[in-house]
Amino acid sequence: MENGGLGLWGVPLAMLAGAIRVSTPFIFVSVGECLTERSGRINLGLEGTLVMGAMSAYAIALTTGSPWLGVLVAACVGLLLGALHAGICQLPRVNDIATGIGLMLLATGLAFFLGKPYIQPKAPNLGAIELGWWSGIPQVRQALQVNYLFVVGIVSAFALAWALKNTRWGLIVRLAGESVDAALAMGVPVGRVRLIATAIGGAFAGVGGAFLSLYYPGSWNEGLSSGQGLMAVALVIFARWDPIRCLWASLLFGAAGAISPALQSVGITEGYYLFSAAPYVLTLGLMIATCSPERALRGAPGELGAVR
Amino acid sequence: MIDRFTIGRRALLGGAAGAAALGLTGGADAQKPLVIGFIYVGPRDDYGYNQAHAEAAAILKKMPGLKVQEEEKVPETVAVEKTMESMINLDGATLVFPTSFGYFDPYMLKVAGKYPKIQFRHCGGLWTEGKHPMNTGSYFGYIDEAQYISGIVAGMTTKSGKLGFVAAKPIPQVLRNINAFTLGAQSVNPKITTQVIFTGDWALPVKEAEATNSMIAQGVDAVACHVDSPKVVIETAERAGIFTCGYHCNQAKLAPKGYLTGAEWNWERVYVGFVESLKANKPLENFVRGGLKEGYVRTSAYGPAVSAAAKEKADAAKTAILNGSLAIYKGALKDNKGNTVIPAGTSYVITEPKLESMNYLVEGVVGSTS
Amino acid sequence: MTAVVERIAVPTLALLASAVLFGLLLAIYARVDPLEAFALMYQGAFGTWFSWQNTLTRAAPLILTALCTALPARMGLIIIGNEGALVMGGVAAAAAGVAVIDAPAPVVQLAMAVAAMIVGGLWIALAGALRQWRGVNETISSLLLTYIAIALMNHFVEGPLRDPSSLNKPSTWPIGDQNMIGTITGTDVHWGLVLGIVACLIVYVWMRFTTWGFALQVIGGNPKTARMMGLDVGRYVLLACGAGGAMAGLAGMVEVAAIHGRANASLAVGYGYSGILVSFLARHHPLAIVPVSILLGGIGASGGLLQRRLDLPDAAVVVLQGILFVAILASETLYGRLWKPKEAA
Repeated sequence: MENGGLGLWGVPLAMLAGAIRVSTPFIFVSVGECLTERSGRINLGLEGTLVMGAMSAYAIALTTGSPWLGVLVAACVGLLLGALHAGICQLPRVNDIATGIGLMLLATGLAFFLGKPYIQPKAPNLGAIELGWWSGIPQVRQALQVNYLFVVGIVSAFALAWALKNTRWGLIVRLAGESVDAALAMGVPVGRVRLIATAIGGAFAGVGGAFLSLYYPGSWNEGLSSGQGLMAVALVIFARWDPIRCLWASLLFGAAGAISPALQSVGITEGYYLFSAAPYVLTLGLMIATCSPERALRGAPGELGAVR
Repeated sequence: MIDRFTIGRRALLGGAAGAAALGLTGGADAQKPLVIGFIYVGPRDDYGYNQAHAEAAAILKKMPGLKVQEEEKVPETVAVEKTMESMINLDGATLVFPTSFGYFDPYMLKVAGKYPKIQFRHCGGLWTEGKHPMNTGSYFGYIDEAQYISGIVAGMTTKSGKLGFVAAKPIPQVLRNINAFTLGAQSVNPKITTQVIFTGDWALPVKEAEATNSMIAQGVDAVACHVDSPKVVIETAERAGIFTCGYHCNQAKLAPKGYLTGAEWNWERVYVGFVESLKANKPLENFVRGGLKEGYVRTSAYGPAVSAAAKEKADAAKTAILNGSLAIYKGALKDNKGNTVIPAGTSYVITEPKLESMNYLVEGVVGSTS
Repeated sequence: MTAVVERIAVPTLALLASAVLFGLLLAIYARVDPLEAFALMYQGAFGTWFSWQNTLTRAAPLILTALCTALPARMGLIIIGNEGALVMGGVAAAAAGVAVIDAPAPVVQLAMAVAAMIVGGLWIALAGALRQWRGVNETISSLLLTYIAIALMNHFVEGPLRDPSSLNKPSTWPIGDQNMIGTITGTDVHWGLVLGIVACLIVYVWMRFTTWGFALQVIGGNPKTARMMGLDVGRYVLLACGAGGAMAGLAGMVEVAAIHGRANASLAVGYGYSGILVSFLARHHPLAIVPVSILLGGIGASGGLLQRRLDLPDAAVVVLQGILFVAILASETLYGRLWKPKEAA
């Protein structure tokens, strides 16, 4: 404990802290995508939505001085991008995976293009809740600094899980995702349901982006996301379309990402490239361990083309 | 809405139109403007490596008879060959500055062989006479001298005795900075250690923030860094209330409380020198190196947290470096595995070629090079 | 006849629509004359012989990486791990090239190509095998494998395979100038372009005229029917994924043997990701991959001029690409729904 260091005990603590700090964008994107996919639509373009959300939130926070207004605008931008995706995919013969990739490129490009003037200035950040006030150890206090959006993310994961299961609206979404024929027979407007579900999914991703630019790491630049949105979409399939499992998957992924710096910070420094790959190896390993050819379909919405 | 590229474009067009008008009126100085190309590996407003070059390029833009062409985010592949050729063929560039280390071999050398009349000057490469074409060359600054000063200030300021360094990759240019920073801190307190975390690449904002936070959790209370854009590290540290030393550019604005000082490039010196030689029809130097003395690197103005005693020590060291009485790397120096890397009694001047292939971390650095 | 007119009219409409959208963005937000911008883009991509060579050089790696998505897509698998296969192929090629460096150049090149294709092929075949026998979604696993491949590459290049004299840019040992693939006679474009075009032709013939190719399409069309017909689906999954991965691996070998001369981090610059786009735009058709790659290469080649002459940010061409892709994809809905266009059009 000399000089305030925690030694090896710092590693699990750092991973917990890392999970809390890093996982929020993953939670938002994967929970949003979960809703979208349950309605039978896949939106691979959320990486672009995330980046666009980050940029617009930062720009708005900078010009108005209010970070929460930035979050709101990011949600609206995400809503529009999601609706655009759903609108294009509803045209006959249009492939939603390809459109998602196209929109990812477009949104990322637009964010970089429009975001140039905002790289330099410093925008106000979202504040944190100090949950570690009870502890005398600064590391614990630091680890338990929690952003409001993290809490919102957790709550929305549980809320979505509950709503999908217990509300009429949730039933309609699932019906649209399971079988178009059945839904149409029941008089469910499949197109409109998917449009709404995809738009809301996009709004979630936009908020995830706002977290990146307004809280952690807390500034806008072009390398900000580097694939987090894409990874979060992948986590949905990993979590088998269950919002609560999306939450756990995001936390796990965030914690695994903290392994490399945490180990280096306590002096375990060999092979850090391999430790950096830990989140991906872990995800793949868990998938291999938990999937099986017979069970692969469990939880998958019937109308989802990508996961046949 | 702020519209910065419009402004930039108008200025550029204005300049071009002016030059054209000059040509039409057939004045005495109606020479074709000298076209210079700058190539950056990342965005030119990254608050870091690329911005340091772009700021100097902006100064060249204001010089008369010069036309500066810039291209950003050019990857270290065949793309940079094509960009150089495009600048030469379509823009008429006669002097090209590819500013990223990875542009040197084989890309720049290949293009230079194809265009022997065009001059190429590369940032960071190890140009060697006889091995590389004479129309190429390299320039670099001994920024470890400035890092040594940062180390002294950080060493005088730290309370925990633990410094942190967020670095991209364990290459010689980075290792020199980590070691110089540590040696500077140890010159005021031999017990100080530097914790280094390699993120693995030049621009990974989330990882850089994580690295900074992990070190803070281990009790580090002053950080420096060597990544392309130090913005994230500096801001994360400032938010946690610890001290920071900048790199590449002046980042004092990002950390008004905790910014101590920083190691900055001053490329203007180098570029203006090249351009003046070219204008005077003098041959361009091939191998250009310089440190604090030549003005190629400089330190940021001290921040509010720097004590008078720290300033005094740092200024004294700076004077000693300027008059050549202080060698940063001198024996007996051990690496952090216990091997002697510089024997007792030997001391390297900053220009020593052996330093350009440094592959160790000195004693007191916690971290490893692989 | 209508079908032919349609095949030309629909993409043309999409191109025009995206040009208008992009032009509006330039005119309104960036205050740049769109016509000037388009003229510059044409000049930078196809305006001079130099520009053409620039475009073709940029198209070359995309052709091969696109096949990595296109081949498995014929049987209904969505692989997005092209970048990983390219990177692994590049590292394998460099290692193989260095191992037999003193052999005659054709032998070295062949060894590099074979090593790259085997490693790249195995890399994607792994994703296919996990799908077939463990039920792991191939889209995710191939994406995860890409991140793992890049980490492995960095580890090898900075560790076991590092040439200690590669100081500030860690790389493997060089494969030697004598073993490099040259450029096509009279041009500046390396032979990788020809390799890619030949590969597309072979894949086309294979798909169209062989039983194996036909079986792939049957499985893609309806896996259940395929099983009832007694086709060994697993074998075809491995085959399609392995062949696709081998093509991306070959792209990595070309990068090493034609451009870099060694393997290092410059392998992972996004050619794999661009290949996914090319494949989807070409609707996974091997012959359509070539022109789409050239179009994309041309946009990339013209980006520099937009930056230098109009002071636009580098992202301008990304925006154009994005608009173009979305427009072309959305335009697919027009097939069979356009009223018969005028004969003159």
